[in-house]
Amino acid sequence: MAQLIKNGQLIQDSAWQLVEDSAEATSGSLISLGRWQSEREALLPAAQAGDIGLYLESDQTADLIGDDASSFPIIAINFPKFADGRGYSAARLLRERHGYKGELRAVGDVLIDQLFFMKRCGFDSYALRDDQELEVALAAFSTFTACYQNDVADPRPLFRRRA
Amino acid sequence: MYIYDEYDQQLLNERVAQFKGQMERYLDGKIAEDEFLPLRLQNGIYVQRYAPMLRVAIPYGALNTAQLRALAKVARDYDKGYAHFSTRQNLQFNWPKLEECPQILADLAEVQMHAVQTSGNCIRNTTTDEYAGVIAEEVTDPRPYCEIIRQWSTFHPEFAFLPRKFKIAVNAVPGADRAAIQMHDVGVNIVRNDAGDIGYRILVGGGLGRTPILGEEICSFLPEEDLLTYLDAIIRVYNQFGRRDNKYKARIKILTKALGIERMRELVDAEFDRIRDGAGKLTQEELQRVKKHFTDPAYRELQNNPAELEAAKAESPAFARWLGRNVRAHKKAGYAVVTLTLKQIGTPPGDVTAEQMDAVADLADKYSFGELRSTHQQNLVLADVEQSQLFALWQEAKALGLATPTLGLLTDMICCPGGDFCALANAKSIPVAEAIQARFDDLDYLYDLGEIDLNISGCMNACGHHHVGHIGVLGVDKKGEEFYQISLGGNSGGNHTEEASLGKILGPSFAREQMPDVIARILDFYVAKRSEGESFLEAYRRIGHAAYKEAVYGPAN
Repeated sequence: MAQLIKNGQLIQDSAWQLVEDSAEATSGSLISLGRWQSEREALLPAAQAGDIGLYLESDQTADLIGDDASSFPIIAINFPKFADGRGYSAARLLRERHGYKGELRAVGDVLIDQLFFMKRCGFDSYALRDDQELEVALAAFSTFTACYQNDVADPRPLFRRRA
Repeated sequence: MYIYDEYDQQLLNERVAQFKGQMERYLDGKIAEDEFLPLRLQNGIYVQRYAPMLRVAIPYGALNTAQLRALAKVARDYDKGYAHFSTRQNLQFNWPKLEECPQILADLAEVQMHAVQTSGNCIRNTTTDEYAGVIAEEVTDPRPYCEIIRQWSTFHPEFAFLPRKFKIAVNAVPGADRAAIQMHDVGVNIVRNDAGDIGYRILVGGGLGRTPILGEEICSFLPEEDLLTYLDAIIRVYNQFGRRDNKYKARIKILTKALGIERMRELVDAEFDRIRDGAGKLTQEELQRVKKHFTDPAYRELQNNPAELEAAKAESPAFARWLGRNVRAHKKAGYAVVTLTLKQIGTPPGDVTAEQMDAVADLADKYSFGELRSTHQQNLVLADVEQSQLFALWQEAKALGLATPTLGLLTDMICCPGGDFCALANAKSIPVAEAIQARFDDLDYLYDLGEIDLNISGCMNACGHHHVGHIGVLGVDKKGEEFYQISLGGNSGGNHTEEASLGKILGPSFAREQMPDVIARILDFYVAKRSEGESFLEAYRRIGHAAYKEAVYGPAN
């Protein structure tokens, strides 16, 4: 079971699991984008009730789910390899463009030294790879006290905040 | 130059602390080798053939003397007493100890220097014209825009894990390409439109490496305040759609070619339209804040060509020669722009000792308001020298071996560190450069040949920009042996943008010891065939590739 940090706290939570497209989507299921696209009408009530979430692969861009994102209580974005940076754009666009307010979880090859960037791009929960040290991970969120760019956490770039 | 405020300094200090922690975890075995890789790369550390290499950023080539002395101290305290200026205006230390790098970076942070994003698959150091701010031809000083790009790109949350490295260069001289912007992932040309407003012509998809391509225009005029949001849009498209399955096809040039420039423009414009008026949009207040750091120094009111200068020229032909070659006109009367060449015979191009660095710092303090610039041709520039002081400066620079009067000539070569240092290289490049320098050491002959760019890369990665040398040399590996392939006709644009071109391979490669002879054959052919006043490149273009090929290899059967 992956170690989970959510909103800056360690959480014991294995509720959300990716299910095969052929398996029944029950409470706590994360479903693929393909399944959502083909079974949208049938799955919409469960999503809106907070029972099923969405699982995006790293090659699936945010616009493929678009404003439907807000139907879900949780969206997980997979990082198949930590060096695959597509998930940062997906997260940011879900938050900034598609108005997604629910839980945004980084899953897969999630390492300590990515957390600060992930948080800035709008993630609020992180299923860390099993070997990562949680105490070090928690400290990583306060690596920097200021940032040059606008991001999800603060829409003002530093040049709009400088006195 | 730009001086950090409390935010900039705090961010850098936090970066130093972050990397110190990462290094400790790595040395404790808590971060795997392949996972430490991007962390050390984004802090400038490569692991090279014999030792780690630390690449320190010199943002857009700007240095002050406190910084240069700090670099000299690092060379002395942590390395073997020398360093190497790279073709992207940065400085490389070739022999630091891996575990000492965090302390080196802490030392450098005290003088507002760092190695942030000098390597890795992220937005790299932005480069520009080494004569920025001191030549009359420029539309405006490009350095404030470079600093704004530097801040925007530093620890960008969305773009730390791009498909591949991403390089931006800025030019501000109309009709010229003084920063090789056509060879960059994004080229920013600062222009003024018919209404007199400052803006940018943006190129995308240029690059050297194993697939050399000149950048194409994606935007003909971008308003001044849209710079950062437009860059965000380009890189967001690249981050999402650039190839990640093959590192040799991962640069934005490959994406641009695959999509076509029209489709690329559509995607970027669609993205840009949705963010251009957002909070990321640059403000006039910020432009003015940064521009205040790049005001003119306290120039004196002087005349051009003072009597002392004329007298010295008449007295010393050697000084006159240096003046004609290595000194350039300044926008302010009575001042001059001086290039100190790091191309001494017997020394690898771009190499400089700690003693030379300290001495150059003294020269900059004495003659040029305590600042200097590094150039992509691997030289140093003192940008604000009084003309009446040029003779005194020349004498001191000469004593230091920094006044070789060959700027722009054959032996002012661009050369990567090559197989002597670099783990990627297929072949050594420095010994080739040295053999050519030694063979062609006659100044009269070099002057007679005129301007020739000879660029040497030790491998396909093209750090020595061989594709855009009038004469390009590429090291290749053939069954474990080092050979050298020659191309002719490349041009980085320089003073005439429209003339930029990529070199064409001449024929089969040569052994290292053949290289001076082969270069001699090419030069002899040029000298024999040129018309009055015709440059090497002009003659090549007129006479044609086939004739040069025959001159080198003999008639085809």
